[in-house]
Amino acid sequence: MNAWTREEMMTVAAARLLWDRCVCFVGIGLPSAACNLARLTHAPEIVLIYESGTIGTRPDVLPLSIGDGELAETAACVVPLPEIFSYYLQAGRVDVGFLGAAQLDRFGNLNSTVIGPYDAPTTRLPGAGGAPEIAAHAIQTFVMLKATPRSCVEALDFRTSAGFLDGGDARERSGARGGGPRSVITDFGVLAPHPQTRELQLTALFAGATVDEARAAVGWPLLPGPAIEILPAPTISELHALRALHSHTREAHSRPVHVPA
Amino acid sequence: MILPSLAQAIASHVKDGDCIALEGFTHLIPFAAGHEIIRQGRRDLHLVRMTPDLIYDQMIGIGCARRLTFSWGGNPGVGSLHRLRDAVEHGWPGPLQLDEHTHAGLAAAYCAGAARLPFGMLRGYIGTDLTTANPRIGSVQCPFTGERLAAVPAINPDVTILHAQRADRAGNVALTGIVGAQREAALAARTVLVTVEEVVDALPPAMNSIVLPHWIVTAVVHCPGGAYPAYAQGFYARDNAFYQRWDVISRERASFRAWMDRHVLGSTDHRAFLASLRAAA
Repeated sequence: MNAWTREEMMTVAAARLLWDRCVCFVGIGLPSAACNLARLTHAPEIVLIYESGTIGTRPDVLPLSIGDGELAETAACVVPLPEIFSYYLQAGRVDVGFLGAAQLDRFGNLNSTVIGPYDAPTTRLPGAGGAPEIAAHAIQTFVMLKATPRSCVEALDFRTSAGFLDGGDARERSGARGGGPRSVITDFGVLAPHPQTRELQLTALFAGATVDEARAAVGWPLLPGPAIEILPAPTISELHALRALHSHTREAHSRPVHVPA
Repeated sequence: MILPSLAQAIASHVKDGDCIALEGFTHLIPFAAGHEIIRQGRRDLHLVRMTPDLIYDQMIGIGCARRLTFSWGGNPGVGSLHRLRDAVEHGWPGPLQLDEHTHAGLAAAYCAGAARLPFGMLRGYIGTDLTTANPRIGSVQCPFTGERLAAVPAINPDVTILHAQRADRAGNVALTGIVGAQREAALAARTVLVTVEEVVDALPPAMNSIVLPHWIVTAVVHCPGGAYPAYAQGFYARDNAFYQRWDVISRERASFRAWMDRHVLGSTDHRAFLASLRAAA
């Protein structure tokens, strides 16, 4: 009866990485669910910032877009967008940035721009948005992505956002001031960078997932970390809070909005 | 100046070939103005918006645009903008030149435009291939520390168009809630058009709400519902279900054209557009 899905476990695993009072730059989708789950469980004073300029927001339902009215109504303050990027993010006032992408490479670099050549793409993706500067300036970043050999690739089609670039100290030499990816949360477990080479290694598995499964899902030869932790399954209270959040969200989003007269 | 109709405002101020910015970050997106530009058949426009959203998907799909300056081109929380993708991937209905940035870069470009500086500067675009893909992303050296910083040319639209909650009869404009980069986009432009939910005798006292003073604003048009299916805080909510439906409507060229013909081109103005959607619901 408490069977959980891998997607729920991804959200729970990401939420557990957050701490109370941390300042978190949130993206839509799984990151938004993870950050709000943390707020509703162990991190009630977490400060959530959405790039639309809402600071310290406490939505009752998950927003569909990063600028839903719910985010503004429940925010401590709402500031213009240039301020969010220059006075908060660029100034180093964000502890955690959450990123997603279509492609990830072994050094945590991300592609959210194109599949195929830039000038003649086979798939045009939405593009950068806030990601390159979040990747550069957040004190640390967490990446959330479902792993397949098409998403975890040997070589990106386009590097939208910097992780550890070519590995080693390449990131430090680039001028990026934030620490880069600390964890990549996938649907089988967690990857984290090796302290010297900065290559992503398998450091944790969800209960029920295997090393073979992880290797099959990643398009480069995935190395194990020094230890592979088995992450405990979601607790009943975590699952309860997450499912209630999703159910409020579904209910709110299915309520018809009347076309203004 | 309060103008009697949006049709008149667009006819007087938006020309073929212009660089125009319809700003509004998820909130207060000027859909009514975009639809009127479509009805009047404007062509060869250089469109600027941080997030093209559905309104530029529609303008691109109908053939208004030759160039797009942007930083994130998706349907928020839903997926792709299919008309933007079709233009980039297949050149339909015509080729679209991209001037692609990051949010922080485009915000800096608007700020520079508002201050009439030649370029905006940021510690940005680090380790991204965007600097290779877009020759309009450069760098400058700090004369004091020697640090290299990213530079983007200022954006000074011929026309910036906003939607706001209210204006007074003198043409002062107030907007509250999520304000994105609207103030900067307006102050960067040569001409500023604003549609509003209501025109009032006196704006409510709110010292720090965003007020665009009357001599910045070229024309105001009373246009209730002018941001729908985006939203106007305090007036109506974002129609998230419509954003999800747009994924289906816009996926194929034929269904897109049929929807545009029926609801946008088949309506004389925004009031009729909203009525046609209510009738179809």
